[in-house]
Formats: sequence, structure tokens, C-alpha cells
Amino acid sequence: MTKETARTLRDFSIELAIYALLVVAYFFLVLHLLGDWLYQLESQHRYVYAGVAILLIIGQAVLLESLTTFLIRMIRGRSE
Amino acid sequence: MFFPISGPHISPIYLVIVGFVIGILGGFFGVGGSFIAGPALRLVGLDWNFAVGTDLAHIVGKSVVAAKRHRALGNVDLRLGLVMAVGTIAGAEGGAQLIQMLKRAGNVNFVVSIVSIVVYLSISAFMLWESRKTLKSQRRRSSKAKVKGLTAKKKDKSAFGHVSRAIQRLKIWPMIALPTSGVKGISLWVILLVAFVGGLFSGFLGGGAGYIRMPSMVYVLGIPTHLAVGTDLFEIIISASYGTLSHAVKGNVDILIALVMHTGAAIGAQIGAISTQYFAGPKIRLAFVPLPLIGAAIVIYTLVSGHKL
Repeated sequence: MTKETARTLRDFSIELAIYALLVVAYFFLVLHLLGDWLYQLESQHRYVYAGVAILLIIGQAVLLESLTTFLIRMIRGRSE
Repeated sequence: MFFPISGPHISPIYLVIVGFVIGILGGFFGVGGSFIAGPALRLVGLDWNFAVGTDLAHIVGKSVVAAKRHRALGNVDLRLGLVMAVGTIAGAEGGAQLIQMLKRAGNVNFVVSIVSIVVYLSISAFMLWESRKTLKSQRRRSSKAKVKGLTAKKKDKSAFGHVSRAIQRLKIWPMIALPTSGVKGISLWVILLVAFVGGLFSGFLGGGAGYIRMPSMVYVLGIPTHLAVGTDLFEIIISASYGTLSHAVKGNVDILIALVMHTGAAIGAQIGAISTQYFAGPKIRLAFVPLPLIGAAIVIYTLVSGHKL
């Protein structure tokens, strides 16, 4: 294994570990709190639920993309 | 973890791993990955209608991440993606109508299964033949003049290139230019037709039909593979959002499951998208070959055993 490959793998492992911690916190905090509200919305206001669902998934995508990009920059920047 | 909207108890780790695998495939090949996500969700007890709708919602999130990454790498043709989205949505509606017609005739399962097996096998066989032929001719050329670097990888050669060039020469008004994809002029109707056919299969067979759209963009429209992958992902954001809204209104989307799956898909999609930079177009196309075969194997299994995965 070359030095470059080893460094990339190490960076990636650190990134995955930090990401996993954040995701676990996210499950317990956000999804736990949103669960009941979304359930009520889905059963009573289907059209509002459809809009909220799309906004949530796109919002999470933008947030996670920014988070992973930030983590990559931070870890790579520190190891250089 | 209990998901109150659809009712089942599913391990979030399982969902994250499934999302991660589909994310890598989506980022690398520009496909939605519903041929894996659907059966994977069914396996843990989700009803078929929820599996389809929830998968679509998860595809939206994954495609946003992968398309953003591909855009940063210069692999997204926005103009082409927007035009294709129109054709795809129209095609998806057409496909859904076709399904309703077959339902009324009473033989929907058999017809859809046979059509999908034929389509999947044809795509795999054709892409295997084309990418191997292209790679062979590239090896012959590279022994004469060795080309190095990332830009050489994006200069996409195809053994089927003469067909896409002939299609680009068809002068059917209105013609549009796609400078990002390196296409000087192509009929708008050809793009809409390709997108419509992709959408038709999406509505007819389920999922995003990236296994049809990505190869058609390369072989019919003459779009370089890297751009076809990135643009397909951008287009999937629009068409899958439409599908998600439609399914959510009908009560087929458990957004909590989609959000959990997406935490894995977000990182997988980034890995997949970045990986495309290390492979030339024909190699990506060759690696694509097993995907429709997996789809065909699943359909054959359901047809023979009677179990719907």
C-alpha cells in the first residue's frame, strides 16, 4: 500500500467515524422529535405532508452534502 | 426503531447500510438503485406501495448529493437535464397509464416481467459488446500514441459513436446546442423522445429507469459518459420529486425511513461520484453491465417462485 493510499484510507476512516457519531445524534434528536408530528400530518393533512416530505429530504441532502464536504476539507487540511 | 407512518420495526443500521450501497451505485452510474432498494425494503416487512414511494423519496435526497458533487466536477449539463425532465415526467405518466390498461386486461404481472427481462438482458448484452469493442480499439490507439491525464478520460470514445453522430445530423426543428456536453446541435424532439422512453419505462417497470436513460444518453444523444451520469442524476431530482409528491399524496411515502436511509446514501453518493474521475467512459459502461442483470435475476426469481421481493 502506498503512503498516499494509506493516508486517504485513514482520512476516510476518521471522516466516517465523525459522520457516524453525528448521524446517531441526529437519529435520537431530530427523527425522534419529528416522528409523531409527521405521523399526525400524514394521517390528517396529506398534501401538506407531501410538501414537507420533499422539503425535508432535499434539506437533509443539502445539509449532509455540506457536512461531508466540510469534514473532508477539515481532515485533509489538518493532515497536510 | 419504530416507524409510525408505515408501521414496521426496522434497524436503522440496516437502512443506513442499504442507503450507503445504493448511494455508491447512484453516484458512480447515475442510477436510482430501486432494483436493490425495493427488494431490500420488502425484505424487512415494508408493504410494496410504501417500498416504492419511500424509495423514490430517498432517491431525491441521494441524487441531490451526487448531482451537487458531479456539478462541482463539471459533469452536469443543466440545459439537457431540464429538457429531459419534461419528457421523463410525460413518459412516466404514459407508463402508469399503460400499467392501468394491463391491469384491466388482467395480465399485468406477466407482461411487465417479460418486458423487463428482455430490456435488462438487451441493455447488458449491448453495453458489454460496445464497451469491450471501444476498449480494444482504444488499446490499439494508445499503443501508437499514449494519452495521459484526466481530460483524456473525459474525451469519450464509443464504438457506437457513428450512430449518435448521424442522429445529431438530423435537422428536425427546433435544434438546440449543448455546449457543456460538446454537442453543437441536436433536435429537441430527439432529446424529448429519449427522455419520454426512459420515463415510460420508469412508469411501467418502476424506479427511476436510469439503467435505460444513462445508456440512451451516451449511445443515442452522444453525451460523454461522465456527463450522462451527472446529468441523469440532476434530471432524476426533478422526476423523482414529482413521483415522491404523487406517491406521498396517495399515502405511499414513509419519509422517516427515507431520511434514515439517506444518511448512508449521502456519503455513498459522494464516494461514487468522486470515483468516476478515476475511470474512463468505456470502463464505467463496462462496470455498468451487471446492474441490469441483477434486475433481470430479481424479476426471473419473482416470476418463477411467485414471491414478490
